[in-house]
Amino acid sequence: MAAPLCVEVQFGGGAELLFDGVKKHQVTLPGQEGPWDIRNLLVWIKKNLLKERPELFIQGESVRPGILVLINDADWELLGELDYQLQDQDSILFISTLHGG
Amino acid sequence: MPAPTCSSCHAARAALRRPRSGQALCGSCFCATFEAEVLHTVLAGHLLPPGAVVAVGASGGKDSTVLAHVLRELAPRLGITLHLVAVDEGIGGYRDAALEAVSSQAARWELPLTIVAYADLFGGWTMDAVARSTAGSGRSRSCCTFCGVLRRRALEEGARLVGASHIVTGHNADDMAETVLMNFLRGDAGRLARGGVLGSAGEGCALPRCRPLQFASQKEVVLYAHFRRLRYFSEECVYAPEAFRGHARDLLKRLEAARPSAVLDLVHSAERLALAPAARPPPPGTCSRCGALASHTLCQACALLDGLNRGLPRLAIGKGRRVLEDKPPLSGNPSSDPAASQGPCTCEQSRDGATLCGDGGDRAEATCVLQSDLSPTE
Repeated sequence: MAAPLCVEVQFGGGAELLFDGVKKHQVTLPGQEGPWDIRNLLVWIKKNLLKERPELFIQGESVRPGILVLINDADWELLGELDYQLQDQDSILFISTLHGG
Repeated sequence: MPAPTCSSCHAARAALRRPRSGQALCGSCFCATFEAEVLHTVLAGHLLPPGAVVAVGASGGKDSTVLAHVLRELAPRLGITLHLVAVDEGIGGYRDAALEAVSSQAARWELPLTIVAYADLFGGWTMDAVARSTAGSGRSRSCCTFCGVLRRRALEEGARLVGASHIVTGHNADDMAETVLMNFLRGDAGRLARGGVLGSAGEGCALPRCRPLQFASQKEVVLYAHFRRLRYFSEECVYAPEAFRGHARDLLKRLEAARPSAVLDLVHSAERLALAPAARPPPPGTCSRCGALASHTLCQACALLDGLNRGLPRLAIGKGRRVLEDKPPLSGNPSSDPAASQGPCTCEQSRDGATLCGDGGDRAEATCVLQSDLSPTE
């Protein structure tokens, strides 16, 4: 049983355009049976925050290739990617790299 | 699972793992390593000698922002001076916003900025005008084909205006890898073989160009910008969805997910390619109109503009090329056509797109090659 969690979800590199241009979101995730991990955070984001074109952000159960995920300023690769279990006050940043430079 | 400790300073928590070595580094050590690698790329390749006046192609985007920032840090050590050169292709709603980003960067970094516009250089042909002109043909507009050629010409002009001795652009390893894939997919052996070198030495009157970020993966460029808190413009060009490069990019992203080192491995593979003797293109001549390097009578930029001005925008792309040079149509075997002897037409001989294939047919993107164009254009 996971207690409700407060986390900060941020979008950058153009990804914010899918979220009404809003870069920072303070989010309260409701208490639920199992733990909150990135996998079900993505489901929650798709349902509650994503405003348009989900295929540009999510692919299958993960993010679209080319979107970087930083958890507390560290690459999610180091922390278990989708399996990382969220903690209260975590900051999750999604940066899109999918545009010209 | 907790993040490992940085393997460089052994003090801070690691923030990322480098794709090729698997080494775990903290943000600060990663940035230092990134800068050291760019410095090494420049020094080992003798790319920017002391005293060089360097025109930095600046778009306001992530790559040129990181490029300019890193070169500015390294400038004293390299003994070079920097000028930002931004190209205004005339794309409403996109480029104007990006140019604002470049202007504020120039002010923040205290670097001189010169903006060159297609409208001024190319007789009023903005990209929006090109897009309108090429619309409705029932197939891809190939706007990006035009833009790639014209933009490098514009950058060259801007560099000359500021008295630069060298041009640098922010192409990263992903861009290079995408170009390798594109050239394979289009049978462009000439570009494949020559596109792998670090930079073009500047044949004819073209300024030498190089890409100091060539071995930095796009992911690492973005992470560097993040850890250094660099602000950049991150919207996609309105015409980008039409570009062929998108297919290569999608493929590359999927490959990278399965094998993170694939991006850099592709670039290194291309560097090691050698062309079969029959596929090697002839040495280029000069454009009869502007004097730039060209494989045919007209260089690529002049040929494309000619097509636009005649109301036949596809003239210099694929089949139309022949008409431009007032040559009789090919009878059948291109190698027996004396008119094609300006540079061998290779549509049936080999799939070398390095010399223009007038009968490109389904290879609508086949175009002749300016030596200075032999790097990613679209």
